Amino acid sequence: MTIPTTYLITAVVKIALVVFLLMTGVAYTTWLERKVIGRIQNRWGPTRVGPFGLLQPLADGIKFILKEDMIPDKVHRGLFILAPVLALVMSLISIAVIPFGEGLHVPVAGTDTQLQITGVNGFPGAPHSTDINIGLLIILGVTSIGVYGIALAGWSSNSKYALLGSLRASAQMISYELALGLSLVGVLLMAGTFSLREIVNTQAGFWLPYVPHWYIFPQFIAFFIYLMAAYAETNRIPFDLPEAETELVAGYHTEYSSMKFAMFFMAEYLNMITVSCIATLLFFGGWHGPQIPHLPQLLTDLLPVIWFSAKIFVFMFVYIWIRGTLPRFRYDQLMAFGWKFLLPLAIANIIVTSFIVAWRA
Amino acid sequence: MLHEILFLFFAAICVGGAINLVLQRHPINSALSLVVVMVSLAALYLLLGAEFVGAVQVIVYAGAIMVLFVFVIMLLNAGAEEQSQGSRIALLIGGPGVALLAGAIMWLVTHSDKTIGNVVVGSMVSTTGGDNTHQVARLLFKDFLLPFEVTSILILIAIMGAVVLASRKES
Repeated sequence: MTIPTTYLITAVVKIALVVFLLMTGVAYTTWLERKVIGRIQNRWGPTRVGPFGLLQPLADGIKFILKEDMIPDKVHRGLFILAPVLALVMSLISIAVIPFGEGLHVPVAGTDTQLQITGVNGFPGAPHSTDINIGLLIILGVTSIGVYGIALAGWSSNSKYALLGSLRASAQMISYELALGLSLVGVLLMAGTFSLREIVNTQAGFWLPYVPHWYIFPQFIAFFIYLMAAYAETNRIPFDLPEAETELVAGYHTEYSSMKFAMFFMAEYLNMITVSCIATLLFFGGWHGPQIPHLPQLLTDLLPVIWFSAKIFVFMFVYIWIRGTLPRFRYDQLMAFGWKFLLPLAIANIIVTSFIVAWRA
Repeated sequence: MLHEILFLFFAAICVGGAINLVLQRHPINSALSLVVVMVSLAALYLLLGAEFVGAVQVIVYAGAIMVLFVFVIMLLNAGAEEQSQGSRIALLIGGPGVALLAGAIMWLVTHSDKTIGNVVVGSMVSTTGGDNTHQVARLLFKDFLLPFEVTSILILIAIMGAVVLASRKES
């Protein structure tokens, strides 16, 4: 079996493009966050670097690279360096299976390509091997490995604040992973597949006139659980106890400086983008949206991607909005909320959904 | 060709991780080596075409169980183990003994079932329709429903036992 060169080239181009766009996205999410939070708190946010402070992320990036990279004396050196790499790499990998749109015709290569870095496809020659995609499970698996980045960062730092922060973070992530996984089961039952592409395609069309066939409507409880669990998974307010600065300095990345700190930072924002992508794909119809007539050909082709990005933007905005609005939970409240409220609710949702699915079948 | 290279690559990582697991002195290094073994096993399952089993392997073993291991090691703040010099008999007989035992097991396994030696890359890909996930689900919830449910109840009992033991008040 030879490796087709066109496949290899398109894969490399896609990876480069997606990583570039994601990193730009992460940079400008930080800009947006500072701007929006500023406005919520009656401030301006960044205004000095470039028009509207638009070059601020660039300045931040330069600053991160030029800062001295300190490694404290008594750390476990290997794991101290490995931890941020692990966190960043895992959050980048999980983007790989997310489809950003339907196929796109590429004029240069003369072929159609899927707007997705990779699906896990079967082996050539075997029947029924065209699409055995387990994209969703891959994302869940990869994000669950991302916990090691945070856990090891705290432990290897050899500092009590970092250790407490990472213990909190890992306990929180393990607890909310259950609710997160179970909240997705309702949608999976209705769609009957793990393939993200298929799940999106089952959401085409309308329930009633003008009400799109999105899973948010029958599965709004699942969506609520997913949203809460996703906020806890990404360690964001109101669940940002691992980084509670009044108690723990900066939590698990207290001892990190320079680019290593930036890697944790990027990983957190990448994870926010990933969970927004999953929410869009599973509950909000992915790239489906109304067709707009009389657009140039290029825009018409890219319209699904634009819809997809717009939906992700909404989720990112809500993230920031909530950060500007809500206070932080107490730790026992956090655990009780996850185990005693979200988890039973998720299980009840699965039971009801499966009864309805079975009754309809 | 590519699949064989990938197989050898992940198999080597798997064996290397397992050896490292035993050789490391610090428990957290050993635990992380075990994570490497789990993940490379998942890659091997994926190469066989059992994509569901591969994904579950990562989620359950690498993502949940091993995280708890690491968590406990971190909580107890276990340090590096002290090592004794080891007995000379173990040094002399250990290596050949392990080789002999492994060889015997492999010989037994390959000779008792002729089909085992013929597993090839991608052999788990379904040829009858329905993907891997559907097949696993059909087996679990149709053919082996009773053993599956009994196992679930067994695990539930174990969880309840752990809760009872952990919450017992010292009088």
